[in-house]
Amino acid sequence: MTPHFEPVVGRYLHLQLSGRPHRLYVEEAGQGIPLVCLHTAGADARQFRHLLNDEAITSHYRVIAFDMPWHGKSSPPEGFEHEEYLLTTATYTQMVVDVCNAMCVDKPVVMGCSIGGRIVLNLAAEHATRFRALIGLESAAYQQPWYDTEWLNRPDVHGGEVCAALVSGLMAPQSPAANRAETLWMYKCGGPGIFKGDLHFYRVDGDLRDVLARIDTQACPLYLLTGEYDFSCTPEDTQRTAAAIPGAEVTVMKELGHFPMSENPAQFRRYILPVLEKIRTQAP
Amino acid sequence: MSAVTAQEEATERVIRTFEALPKLASEDPILTRRGRFLTCDIEVGVGAVPLSISIVEGRVVAVRRGPFLLKAHPFSISAEPDVWLRFHQPMPAPGDHDLLALTKTGRARVSGDLVPFMGNLQYIKDLLALPRNLAKPQREAKH
Repeated sequence: MTPHFEPVVGRYLHLQLSGRPHRLYVEEAGQGIPLVCLHTAGADARQFRHLLNDEAITSHYRVIAFDMPWHGKSSPPEGFEHEEYLLTTATYTQMVVDVCNAMCVDKPVVMGCSIGGRIVLNLAAEHATRFRALIGLESAAYQQPWYDTEWLNRPDVHGGEVCAALVSGLMAPQSPAANRAETLWMYKCGGPGIFKGDLHFYRVDGDLRDVLARIDTQACPLYLLTGEYDFSCTPEDTQRTAAAIPGAEVTVMKELGHFPMSENPAQFRRYILPVLEKIRTQAP
Repeated sequence: MSAVTAQEEATERVIRTFEALPKLASEDPILTRRGRFLTCDIEVGVGAVPLSISIVEGRVVAVRRGPFLLKAHPFSISAEPDVWLRFHQPMPAPGDHDLLALTKTGRARVSGDLVPFMGNLQYIKDLLALPRNLAKPQREAKH
């Protein structure tokens, strides 16, 4: 009997990030235009496993998804036990550029969700010519906080359980129960304080409203897609962001929430396939 | 029907659904197991009417209607009756679908000692959403 393996290949990439050696776990599948996927805060690249297995995508795109340092199967850098993990706009932006360089990918499309959706706005402002197109899922330059992140990492409340419980309501009630449970599982698996450290970028360091005027969608097309059930990054947050970026294309996705690619892959592909088709057929 | 009467009618409807919680929770062993470390009385406000939901190791043992005199609740969760009615729809609309969506927009309020609330957050959110199941038995009865 032949073993049933997915076409996804996972490897460990060694590279320097912020001047320190890192070991990053990277999965990829497919051939064609590089499509680099950025996971949400406090989770990992398993969120993209359905895209990595979707032949309608991998027949045209080389889909690449990596676990950020401290996340998933990527190790924290040596000495991490002596510091607090805090993601910043500068380190996150440079991480994406450095991973793309280390993977030797030329003019990739970058698609990020949540914090990943936020950082593509900065990539558009600072590095537009390096990318063929940028896709922000659940993306806004700024959104109103809705809880105190101190709850995410303290000894009297279970970190994994509270991280998952906080984000559980960001998914659409129509999303399949199994997909919702798997999405939350990644939050339950996160290292202590890592979700909180990611949200340092989201809440403290990453207000990007002032950079939107520098985004030129002629230099790099920008697509923003947000689920109607996302009350963290609401459709209105995304539309407000897009209103400040001439040429940005906005789609509000029905029956989806904050984790479209993992909470309901079948529903998400109805929205993302046309975007990927458009990018593929347009001259780079 | 005057506006006051409509408000009172909505309040009574919500209270009746919350009074079904002992039965609804007993039908959900996964939920009661999740709440097995929680024993306390939660105050749930339905407009001006406070309810006291008594939980013992995840089981809902009583739902009492206030006002309560000299009775302390570690934390309380309150919303207007129309907000609870929309929250309890079997397929709630965006923004009505999660307790924290309600608190973000100021349509629900959580106050008191938040450690047991946050420590049992998924249990509490799912418990308060259990009345959504009241519309389901008819569908399931066809099987």
